[in-house]
Amino acid sequence: MDAVNAGMSMEADFAALLPELFLLAGAVTALLTGSFLPRDRQSPTRLIGIIALLGAVVSTGTGLSAGSRTVFEGSFSLDTPTTIARLIICTATLLVICLGADELRGSPRESETYALMLLSTLGALVMAGTDDLLILAVAYLLASIPLYALIGMGRSPRAAEAALKTYLLGAFLGIALLLGITILYALAGASSYDQLRAGLADAPSGAIAAGLLGVLAGIAFKAGAVPGHFWVPDASQGAGVAVAAFLTTVPKIGALVAAYRLLSTLPDSVDAPLVIAVLAAASMTIGNFAAFSQTNVRRLLGWSTVSQAGYLLVPVAVAGASDLALPSLLFYLGAYALSNIGAFAVVAATGHDEVGQYRGLARRSPWLAGVLVVSLLSLVGTPPTVVFVGKLTTFAAGWDGGLAWLVVVAALNTVASLFYYLRWLAPMFQGAEFQRAATESTEPSTPDQQAGDTVGVRRWPATVAVLSGGLVVAGGVVAGLVWPALEGTLAGL
Amino acid sequence: MLSLVIFLPLAAALVLAVVPGIPDAVARWAWVAVTAVEVVLVAVLWAGFERPGDGGVAFEEQVAWIPTVGSSYHVGVDGLSLPLLALTAVVFLACAVHAVAERDRPRPQSALFLFLQTSCLGVFAAQDLILFFLFFDLSIVGMYFVIAGWGHGNAAASALKFFLYTFLGSLALLLGFIGLYLFSEPRTFDMVELAESAPLDGNPVAGGFVLGAILLGLAIKTPTFPFHTWLPPAHTDAPAIGSAVLAGILLKLGTYGFVRIAMPMLPAAWRDWAWVIVVVGIVSVLYGALVALAQTDLKRMIAYTSVNHMGYVVLAVGAAGVAGGTDTQARELAVTGALTQMVSHGLITAALFLLAGVLRARAGTYHMSAFGGLASVAPRFAVLFAVGAFASLGLPGFSGFIAEFQIFAGAIGAVPWTALALPGILLTAALFLLATQRLLTGEVREKAVGFTDLRASEVLSIGPLLLLSLLIGVFPRPLLELIEPAAAVVVDLVGR
Repeated sequence: MDAVNAGMSMEADFAALLPELFLLAGAVTALLTGSFLPRDRQSPTRLIGIIALLGAVVSTGTGLSAGSRTVFEGSFSLDTPTTIARLIICTATLLVICLGADELRGSPRESETYALMLLSTLGALVMAGTDDLLILAVAYLLASIPLYALIGMGRSPRAAEAALKTYLLGAFLGIALLLGITILYALAGASSYDQLRAGLADAPSGAIAAGLLGVLAGIAFKAGAVPGHFWVPDASQGAGVAVAAFLTTVPKIGALVAAYRLLSTLPDSVDAPLVIAVLAAASMTIGNFAAFSQTNVRRLLGWSTVSQAGYLLVPVAVAGASDLALPSLLFYLGAYALSNIGAFAVVAATGHDEVGQYRGLARRSPWLAGVLVVSLLSLVGTPPTVVFVGKLTTFAAGWDGGLAWLVVVAALNTVASLFYYLRWLAPMFQGAEFQRAATESTEPSTPDQQAGDTVGVRRWPATVAVLSGGLVVAGGVVAGLVWPALEGTLAGL
Repeated sequence: MLSLVIFLPLAAALVLAVVPGIPDAVARWAWVAVTAVEVVLVAVLWAGFERPGDGGVAFEEQVAWIPTVGSSYHVGVDGLSLPLLALTAVVFLACAVHAVAERDRPRPQSALFLFLQTSCLGVFAAQDLILFFLFFDLSIVGMYFVIAGWGHGNAAASALKFFLYTFLGSLALLLGFIGLYLFSEPRTFDMVELAESAPLDGNPVAGGFVLGAILLGLAIKTPTFPFHTWLPPAHTDAPAIGSAVLAGILLKLGTYGFVRIAMPMLPAAWRDWAWVIVVVGIVSVLYGALVALAQTDLKRMIAYTSVNHMGYVVLAVGAAGVAGGTDTQARELAVTGALTQMVSHGLITAALFLLAGVLRARAGTYHMSAFGGLASVAPRFAVLFAVGAFASLGLPGFSGFIAEFQIFAGAIGAVPWTALALPGILLTAALFLLATQRLLTGEVREKAVGFTDLRASEVLSIGPLLLLSLLIGVFPRPLLELIEPAAAVVVDLVGR
């Protein structure tokens, strides 16, 4: 910890955490307000959630010029990754709440949903910013526990199963995380990253590797990467659409930034980049191959996010070895969040869960079809969408950092991923005459889907879809303007 | 000006796609009008073209895009790209005219083809690798929707195969581009700078891998043996105008990449591996011709002759790099021939595919055995098909002859054993004569009975393409004066 921070008062430190405080206050207010409102008229709590998130975004924006530093005795970084992660995470949650507006309106647990989302968002923010293993553990729990409840909120058998699965895996990998932290703490005699860096320098590499694996297992759970990925497709299919969009986007961002910080801390005696590279290769390959046979679009997106986590681990693996690593990670995170939310927004707007139901969508709602084309091609990495720039730069970073083989694996996986995204896209442009046959063959549709069929397109999610679709294209074109803001160093280094 | 040429079709496409109330007839004529304006604009470019200094480009425009990774919006034209820009404008105009009579969803079709036109023009004008890749990928996306949306037969499967296969190629290309970027100093994606510095020249191993990735990408796109398997199904199931664009323009993106990217930026690696490229070229020539000879389906046959014709191009650019040959003049001749062949093949094959499309529109099949005696029933069709067939087999007086003569004169001069590919010309002649005989002569049989002759829109789209081929064949100077200096620059760069 440097001298500048030592003299800083506690008040200033709390001001630095204004975005986090906004979320906490928002969650509590939403919960309290919700308990005074009738069960079927809790929409005002949505406004509270939106205001809290806007407050967090704005306060992050105003704090941009402060420069990079650490607060709370070096346990929390205020630097480029924290700032960008705050912006991406809060914007993503904001979009998710908007896209869920129609789905959640009038539902009996509306206020709880917003409160839990805000708390889980807070957990992801702390994960992204922390420089201390113990706070990482707290953030892990803060991000996870609301998630279990959110997934189970749907109250369907599928939701219950998904919640149980997520809970068991989260609890198990949470213990692995704590175990890993214990080992690293025992080796270094401290839990903060700057002390870890010094303390681990002479520690036996086998022990460091064991500790690292434990911590990475926990982070992989949040990132939805191998080996902590099993819950993602189930939860994505079983939970509500808004919750599915949330859980495939927000926790990932916090976890990957946390992984980047951790990897920058470890000494060279452990080949951590190789471990990450293997996890990355496994994630993208398993995610892609499992997505091949899916006909439920939410399950398909769930598996696709597992593979995306794999691509996102590429810059993490070369943390510190390439100048491009950090900016490309941050850019890809934002790009991924936008594209993924765009795709989920189309699912929410149409209410269709099966690939077959999308037949003829291009004729029924050309705008939504357009957004889906743009979002899915973006997830593939077709220029000029945002993820293309993300993929290009992460590939360059990976090769630059000496992991050329991983880049080749990632490129091959990208080709493979095209296959299942196209399976979803292609029917949209075909005639609607087969639609009846297609829906009959699938499971009986839920009341939700029927509502989607008869009412047509839902307004809120459609707006979010068009907005994110536009940003997905525009983001790729103006990438050069955003890029300088992403370049920076970790405050803890 | 150049940006206007590139983006005018896209702007028109956006208007057509977004405004829902446009009547079909307006959409079709708007498409024709925009492509006609494009032809005029490219003609203006051609008229105003002044040869830039060695390695430079004319009508240059550069705007920073992602400065931190050394990528910019950088476009420009030289003797390599201008003929192909002109070809693109002409072929797309022919397609627009040809489609005037079509009834199947004209508004989205017009929008899609205009989008495709922007992406093709963009590839030829790009002077930045990322920009090149961007347009290259968009052309694949556009063509996928053309085949999947307006194709027939097993269109969805063919379109998927096309997309997956060529997307694999484009990612190989991207890896190669990243390799060029990482080894350049200072790091850049700028094509002009990379051609100047040839960053991988002192590094044969890395240079070999990067060239391998780029060659794989371009070979799939071209396509050369053994990466051609996506081509026949894609062509067979694509709509006629889709096939015309696919064969006329999209295949050129691959061969253009050889002379624009692989040769100037990786000269040492190119010289090391030139013999492989020559062999692949010879095999493509012979294999394409032999398989084409065995086809009974006219469209598949033309598709395989494309493999054959692109094989000549690959052979020529390979021969230009073989280290043993020191005859600069012969190599320049080979590269000039390769570029002429690209233009020539684009014109002739686009015309042939449009003619094949007429068969299907009238009779519902491409099977040559289902027809006979078309010459007496449909004289206009017969004349144009015969002209197209003779042009394609390389009859003197047509552009194909000029191109193939130069290719062989140059390639054999530099590398004598490229003469192995000469039987390809014979085979192509045989197969086209056979096809002409089966379709046009003999009794009027089966589907040929009651065959409606070409309509005005069809004559006006196919005729000019063949006329241009004839013009180039008779007066090649204007084209060659543009190409020769550019070919000399390429040979100079690859020989350094």
